[in-house]
Formats: sequence, C-alpha cells, structure tokens
Amino acid sequence: MRVDLRLIAEMVAPGSRVLDIGCSDGALIDELTRTRGCDARGIEIDMAEVTRTVARGLPVMHGDADSDLSHYPDRAFDYVVLSRTLQAVEKPREVLRQMLRIGERAIVSFPNFGHWQVRLQLLWSGRMPMTSVWARPWHETPNIHPCTIRDFFVLCAEEGYAVEQWLAIDEDGWKSPWRRNASLANIFGEQALFQLRKLPSSR
Amino acid sequence: MDQADIPDITHQSHVFTDGLLLDCGVHLASLTVAYRSYGTLNAERSNAVLICHALTGDQYVAERHPVTGKGPWWDQLVGSGRPIDTDRYFVICSNVLGGCMGTTGPMEPRAPGEAPWGTDFPPITIRDMVRAQKRLIDRLAIDRLFAVIGGSMGGMQVLEWAATYPEAVFAALPIATAAYHSAQNIAFNEVGRQAIFADPDFNGGQYYATGRVPAGGLGVARMVAHITYLSEQALNRKFGRKLQGSAAAPLAMFGDMFQVESYLQHQGSTFVRRFDANSYLTITRAMDYFDLAAEHEGDLSRAFAGTPTRFCIISFSSDWLFPTAESRAVARALNKAAANVSFVEVESDKGHDAFLLDEPDLRRIVAGFLSGCAAHAGLDPQ
Repeated sequence: MRVDLRLIAEMVAPGSRVLDIGCSDGALIDELTRTRGCDARGIEIDMAEVTRTVARGLPVMHGDADSDLSHYPDRAFDYVVLSRTLQAVEKPREVLRQMLRIGERAIVSFPNFGHWQVRLQLLWSGRMPMTSVWARPWHETPNIHPCTIRDFFVLCAEEGYAVEQWLAIDEDGWKSPWRRNASLANIFGEQALFQLRKLPSSR
Repeated sequence: MDQADIPDITHQSHVFTDGLLLDCGVHLASLTVAYRSYGTLNAERSNAVLICHALTGDQYVAERHPVTGKGPWWDQLVGSGRPIDTDRYFVICSNVLGGCMGTTGPMEPRAPGEAPWGTDFPPITIRDMVRAQKRLIDRLAIDRLFAVIGGSMGGMQVLEWAATYPEAVFAALPIATAAYHSAQNIAFNEVGRQAIFADPDFNGGQYYATGRVPAGGLGVARMVAHITYLSEQALNRKFGRKLQGSAAAPLAMFGDMFQVESYLQHQGSTFVRRFDANSYLTITRAMDYFDLAAEHEGDLSRAFAGTPTRFCIISFSSDWLFPTAESRAVARALNKAAANVSFVEVESDKGHDAFLLDEPDLRRIVAGFLSGCAAHAGLDPQ
C-alpha cells in the first residue's frame, strides 16, 4: 500500500464510517475494512477501476468528487478522504465544503506547488515546472488547481476549518523531518496531508 | 403462425389458501406460487438467494426448460461453480404473479372448475409480485434472504423487495433496471398490447376455449420488444443489411428479404409457443405502473431510508431501454439514504440483452460482490 495511504489509515479511528473519494484500486477501503473494522466505501471516476474493485467485493460506486457528493446526507460519515485529487477537481473549495458537510472530518492530501524545485524551475527557466510530482506538461495535466501548503492553510482559515493534524511528506510518502514548521514544509514538502474539522461557529 | 397451446405441465408450487390482497384492492381467493430451487439450504437458513425473472422469463433459471427444451436462461450467472453458486447458496426462483408457468395468472381458472380469468384477471403491480414471493419465502421458513438478484423487470422486483422488506434482504443486486418505467418504455409496451388486441384470435381475451391463440399479435409484440432489447451496434454486427437466401433474388415487397426480419419473426413465432397473451398484457401493465418513488411521497431515497441492505447496481453502456442514467439515479437515491451501494456500468455493445449474455465483467462483479457480502454476513465459504 502507498505510504501516504498508510498514514491516512492511521488517522482513522477504528470502527468509523469512511468515504474515500477517488479510491482507485480500493487499497485504503480494503485496509480500513479488514484491519480497523470500518464501514469504508469508495467513489471512483475510472470505470475500469470500479469494475475491478467491486469484483474484489469492495463497495465502490462510479462517480466523481465534483458532482456526486451533493447526493449524500449531512454527517453520513466520520471521515471523508480525498487523496492526491484536490488539485484535479473543478471546484476544490466546494468539494471541501461538501466533504465537511457529509463527514465529521475531512482527510486531504495534495502535492505541494510550493516545493523548492517547482519554485526554482519557474524562476530560472520561466516555464511551467515539471518535476516527479508535477510530471505532465501544462497542456496535458489534469491538475488544474495546484496550490501550496500555505495556500491551503489560508483556505482553511477562510472557510473556518480547524486543522486537527497536518504533515508534509516526500514523494514516497515518508514523513519529513521539517514537518513541524509550516514555512519549511512549504519549501521542502512534496506532498501535504491534512485532517480537518469544521469549527462549530462556521456555517 | 403457430396456433399451438402452451403444453400442460405440472410445475412445482405452493398453494396459499388464504389468497393475496392486491394493490388494486381485489383479494385473490387463492394464490399459487410455482417455483424451482437449487442447492441446499444451510442449517441456519441463511444462504438463500432469490432470483427475480424478467418480463418473459420464468422459474427455470438453472435447468433445461420443460416447455422449450432450451438450456437454463441465466446459465452465465447461476449454477455449480458460477457466480451465483448453487454449491454454496440455496437458489430460489419463482414464476411471477400474473405469469403463465404455474403461478396464479390470467390463464388459471378463476376458481376450481371455472373458466380461466383471461382479461378479467385483476391489474397487478410489481409490489404484488414481491408480496407473492414473500409468501413463498415465509413458507420456506426463511427469515432473511442472503441476496435478491434480478435484471430488467427482475431488477424492479429487487428494488421493491429492498424497499418493502428491508430486514429480509441482506444484499440486493438490481441489474439493467430502473426505479420507474419511462414514457418510452410504456410506449413500446403499448404497441405490443395493441398488436395483441388487434388479433382476431384474441377474442376479447377469452381464446382458451376456442383452440386458437392470438399468435400473430403476441408474435408482433415480441418482435417490437426484442428490438428494444438490442443495441444498434448489435443489430449491425449480427445482421447489417444482409439478405436472406440468394443475393441475386429479384426485388420483392413481401417475404423476409433481410436477415434481421427473419430473425425477429423467429423470435416472435417461438415466443408464442411458451407464453400466454393475457399474461403478457398483465405483466407489461405491472411494469408500466412501477414507480418506486411515487410509492414514497415522490422521493426515491425515502424508499430506502435506514436500509441495512448492501446494494450493487449494474447497468450496461449500450442499454437504451434501461439506460445507465436511470441506474445512477437509483444509486444517488441510495447515497441520499446513506446506504451501502456499489454502482458499475459494464461496457458492452449488446444492449439491454447484455444482462442475459456472456459478459465477463458482469460475472466478475456479481461473484465479487456476493463473496464480499458473504464475508460480512458470516456465511462460511465451503
């Protein structure tokens, strides 16, 4: 299992209800069901992946983050997970709102556009950066909404989300030593992982 | 066309002498439910699977048909070692209420010794069909079905089962179906019905004593319906514009010139040997009436409020009779009810018929979903 998925699984309390948006091959929901006794379900946009995952006996439905979350009732889940997908959805802010409407907590991971390699490439070459994380040319990439770790903190503050946990990880998913400092993480972290909760005062 | 009556065969059945109260308000004085079962019910009575058949299907889901001599109609899915494994599950399939393979319907006598119901048979609903099946399941002393599975009209029954008896359905597999019959579906059914009415041998529905059945009308009804079961790609692939017989034949107005014509005529003429016209009228009407949301204040999600059932909804990409959008609507209603639901569209160019044909993805999905559910239900693999 991908290391970032293992880190997500560790954030989830045993026995909870979990929705994994963009669950691909269902590795996380399988792990949560088997080892943590969770009621874990998935949404996936790639039909071939859905077919394979349902054929493995896992509850997955074809759908996508932008159009399918609005059909769930409030507080249907304890956790709603969106891993490595936020930057590819059409309306990231709306998707986050939906996640924190239908779930008590949201767990979000995304690639950090503030990473030093990205910054340097844009500065020196004057062209859109291409790194191992941002691996496709600007005209081919599905990542239409890149953001930095700092951007994400700002959005959480604007929307009234409490950041209960966060950490920066490198491409292989290992926690990085500079994870306690947001400014350093925004330079050296390739990926970020956040656990959010809606503040009681927010709408 | 063939004028032969459907052969008189004794079907395995249970009789319910207290009858059945129908949605229309009529009380059927006596109810007979014909059924077949395969495999063994375990000691806990927890491994029963109910298969719901489609409009023209019947209970002979996993064996040679006693009337047509044809093989099992869901051979791809049901049988020993198949996704719905009769070595593991106790598989039950009953003929629907209004049918013509032994369950109470229009060709059965109104009362012992009396004439058949004919068109006087009361209008029935999908829910009436499900209630009749529930009586059978109760008689078999099964509290909870491990799974209820069906395609097309069978899928409507699956949805109705889950909505009406949620505690009695652990897993539900509605395939190539919808929560209501669309205007287009009703329109095609109406063409079929009008073809039957227009046949002089229909005789106002009382043709049983005349020795002549409305084979022409029923055959046309079947031909129209069969077109809706296929996709344009499937028709093109199978027949294209290929001619019947010699390509050098002169232009002719009549006769089956094109292969697709003779195929449809064959479908029509074989159908009338195994199906009763009044049953066709009764059952197509029941499909037309079906609107599960309407039974629940217009909100489909209310039909499934608090449901404990695990769902797997399957559609086919080239099915235009029950398109994927309608399955997706059911899946979203289940999301709204916070139900456990899987939803897959199987890529196929075979149209609505795909649910009865060899579709490897369909087999894999059904097998995987049932295995996953069996683990959650605590059914031990054998």
